[in-house]
Amino acid sequence: MSITTPEPGKKINRIGLEVQPYRGGKTTLCAGCGHNAISERIIDAFFEMGVDPKRVIKLSGIGCSSKSPAYFLGGAHGFNSVHGRMPSVATGAMLANKQLVAIGVSGDGDTGAIGIGQFVHLMRRNVPVIYIIEDNGCYGLTKGQFSPTADLGSVLKNGVVNDLPPIDTCSLAIELGASFVARSFSGDKKQLLSILKAALSHRGTCMIDVISPCVTFNDHEGSTKSYAYVKDHEEPVGDISFVPFFEDISIDYEPGTATEVRMHDGSRLFLKKVAADYDPTDKSTALKLIRDSGLRGEFATGMLYIEPAKHDFTTLLNLVDEPLATLPLERVRPGRDVLDAIMESLK
Amino acid sequence: MPAAGTDILIINDFSIQVATVNGSGSQTANLVLLRSIFQMGIPVSGKNLFPSNIAGLPTWYTIRANKDGYVARKKEIDLLVAMNAETAREDVLALGPGAAVVYDEPLKLDQLRQDLVFYPVPFDRIVAEVCKDAKLRRLVKNMIYDGVLSQLLNIDLAQMEHALRRQMGKKLKAIELNLAALEAGKKFAAEHLVKQDPYVVEPMDKTQGQILMEGNAAGALGCMMAGVTVVAWYPITPSSSLPETLIQYMKKYRMDKTSGKATFAIVQAEDEIAAVGMVLGAGWAGARAMTSTSGPGISLMGEFTGLSYYAEVPGVVFDIQRVGPSTGLPTRTAQGDILTVAMLSHGDTKQIMLLPATVEECYTTAMDAFDLAERFQTLIFVLSDLDLGMNTWMSNPFEYPTKPLDRGKLLDQDALQRMGEFGRYKDIDGDGITFRTIPGDGMPAYFTRGSGHNERGQYSERPDDYVNNVQRLARKFETARQYVPPPVIDQAPGARVGIIAYGTTHFAVEESRSHLANDAGLPTSYLRLRAYPFTDDLPAFIERHDRLYVVEQNRDGQMLSLMRMELDPSLTSKLRSVRHFNGLPIDARSVTDEILTQEKQAGLQGARSHAVPVGPAV
Ligand SMILES: Cc1ncc(C[n+]2csc(CCOP(=O)(O)OP(=O)(O)O)c2C)c(N)n1
Ligand code: SF4
Repeated sequence: MSITTPEPGKKINRIGLEVQPYRGGKTTLCAGCGHNAISERIIDAFFEMGVDPKRVIKLSGIGCSSKSPAYFLGGAHGFNSVHGRMPSVATGAMLANKQLVAIGVSGDGDTGAIGIGQFVHLMRRNVPVIYIIEDNGCYGLTKGQFSPTADLGSVLKNGVVNDLPPIDTCSLAIELGASFVARSFSGDKKQLLSILKAALSHRGTCMIDVISPCVTFNDHEGSTKSYAYVKDHEEPVGDISFVPFFEDISIDYEPGTATEVRMHDGSRLFLKKVAADYDPTDKSTALKLIRDSGLRGEFATGMLYIEPAKHDFTTLLNLVDEPLATLPLERVRPGRDVLDAIMESLK
Repeated sequence: MPAAGTDILIINDFSIQVATVNGSGSQTANLVLLRSIFQMGIPVSGKNLFPSNIAGLPTWYTIRANKDGYVARKKEIDLLVAMNAETAREDVLALGPGAAVVYDEPLKLDQLRQDLVFYPVPFDRIVAEVCKDAKLRRLVKNMIYDGVLSQLLNIDLAQMEHALRRQMGKKLKAIELNLAALEAGKKFAAEHLVKQDPYVVEPMDKTQGQILMEGNAAGALGCMMAGVTVVAWYPITPSSSLPETLIQYMKKYRMDKTSGKATFAIVQAEDEIAAVGMVLGAGWAGARAMTSTSGPGISLMGEFTGLSYYAEVPGVVFDIQRVGPSTGLPTRTAQGDILTVAMLSHGDTKQIMLLPATVEECYTTAMDAFDLAERFQTLIFVLSDLDLGMNTWMSNPFEYPTKPLDRGKLLDQDALQRMGEFGRYKDIDGDGITFRTIPGDGMPAYFTRGSGHNERGQYSERPDDYVNNVQRLARKFETARQYVPPPVIDQAPGARVGIIAYGTTHFAVEESRSHLANDAGLPTSYLRLRAYPFTDDLPAFIERHDRLYVVEQNRDGQMLSLMRMELDPSLTSKLRSVRHFNGLPIDARSVTDEILTQEKQAGLQGARSHAVPVGPAV
């Protein structure tokens, strides 16, 4: 790896990299698509956290959203897999090399429809991957059909009304065992950035549902996933302050007004309480919060649930510390004595 | 042992069928019977014919003992042990004249036919005497027929005891009970039955040093020795015993000595799509990864298989073939996935298949498969079947692998220099195989996607980029011909007729060739395929013969079709088809009869040779 001396004035991060290797190819998505804003936040978060792109893998399924890994972190390996099946590919890759940092990008169709089975099991296993749903309530790439996260009564451009209830991916993820669950909005730069940085400090599945309007097919009057509607109905559950492990900053909250969460890598997360009884480390309160805001016709955004100490899948499988992929022959092929003993037992 | 009622003895050449009820615990008795004959030095095979059911439905176990080493299923049953009231009548009516029947006395089977030898045994009475605990009787009852057969066939009781002890390990109480049942059975037969059939066992030395093993266990062992690190699977008969045996081996032999942690990850996935997805993810990230399944799982893996082909991601897939989808005959054997796998997925795809025939080849092929997967950066399919995977076969002990692992073309400084700038799909060696990098290896990254990419791995929908790429993939497939295991050829001097087969069909063909040569005066040459793509040996073999019989276990002659697609019509016009597809393992008699029938037709038609799709040998 070559680290060139930065030109004066160019920003470099804690591992001495400029922002360039965090950027990707030029986007081919529509101008104004929420997905582009999410890519930018991903670039910011990885740059600011000083994650080496050479240690990162970017994975996706199929959809406009799933194209976006080509538009960030050009210095990282990427895998645009098949529709709805990115979770299995991410799982396999992380088993092969648990030292990698995995970020997966999916869409609400990719996750909620064809991929719901794999999504469910990814959450259940708590595989260490940052799983982002770029949620626009429709299928962008196949030209605007409803997806399973479309709200009841939401209207398509051609007047078709959605008459099935939506799947709430956050509730599902919490229920199933994901240890970091958040919801955000592509237009909320500050909140989304804090969530992404916190996710980089967590070990386990980080499920982040980001409402990300489709300007081409689902941004009109009558849609519940348009910019205007989302701005009106977003209900942040409270301020998020994230202090990375490499910064020594003290945060002052009045006692009892915030929850402090110590992350896997030593970073700290301060979650300001919206209500006195709100506890983001408690499944029931988190689920209730999501449901209650839904009943009011709003949607809660922010850190919804976090379980920082939960064992991730690679720990559960008791894997050796080194990547399985590169273990030398003598550690993966038992000796001649083993074969002899097995043969003897079969005679 | 002199046999009253028979003048000639038939030594070490017979088949036994035991008919019981699924879940009745007959497995121990059957294995003890098989093993004791094996220990006496006689070549054997044991085949389980079982229903898709856990308990209550009929199941049959057949043992073949053959002094010449022919261990394919024998069509004729020489000795039936009828323990299942439900099927007893039908089982007895299906026997050929002269066969012997050991049966549960109350079934009164002796009234069914005059041309058989009947040995009634009052199993319930005998078991009540040796086993006081009524609840345990069901479990030891089956040992009684082993005792009876020990007496009737002259199988050394000490060998049975030895087999029983190794089977039961440290369960002393159970051993004691079973031994008592064994002895009681023998005693009863000695006192009450008069030997009237000709079948006897005499010690030989033909199994010295050999092992008994199932193909799935051998495959699992091969995977462990190949250094597999990521395994994802979904349960399905007849594949499950491969990953399940692998789990046992890995837990025992692949825990890291210093840390006590696992040098492997094994995941029971949510379905076969996820299983193969995990294999792709792991293979892409540099691991030796595998899954094991059967036909229904193969269908689900179609889309990912295409992605593996185009994006060039390594992995190994075992397909333990069985009969068709859903309910029906999921627990019966077939070679019915050949065409599906060869062409698996959409678009221009072709898959590399390896075709083991023996348990030893299950072991070596597993290791070959991982090397080939990394060499060719694609999924490698190992096609076994239920007969090979789940039944018990004799084999020479396996050799310890001495070849280092082939990790394929991983980008290094030298390759990078030759290339100039890294291009993931740039063919600098002209063999169609390009260099890959692995996440975390510090080498240049690339973006992996399906069919639309150029040499540098960049997104492209340009016609010339696509054509270049699929033509290179075709070139890579050509290169594979030089790497896959070549066929095994036995050229009979002067033979005008050739036989082509693969997988478990081999055992019936071997035996049939001896029938054809010795009984019908028809010497045949033999080519046993071990892989697709075919190597040049195949057209050369066809060239050397006038007529060739492709013998396989499916309805439509799938391998023959594949040859028609690939070879010159002047060659394929010499090919004829022998097919067996009733769910039972193919037997030699069916092959011989079918070949002789077709030979007669060929004779009648003179030199006019074309492939006649003739009726199946069922
Ligand atoms: C097996 C399969 N079925 C269907 C498709 C077609 N397809 C491509 S993208 C897509 C939906 C994508 O919607 P979403 O995940 O919401 O992503 P968005 O485009 O809205 O970002 C579908 C159905 C496909 N690629 N593969
Ligand atoms: S169609 Fe919609 S989702 Fe797709 S790029 Fe355009 S705005 Fe984004």
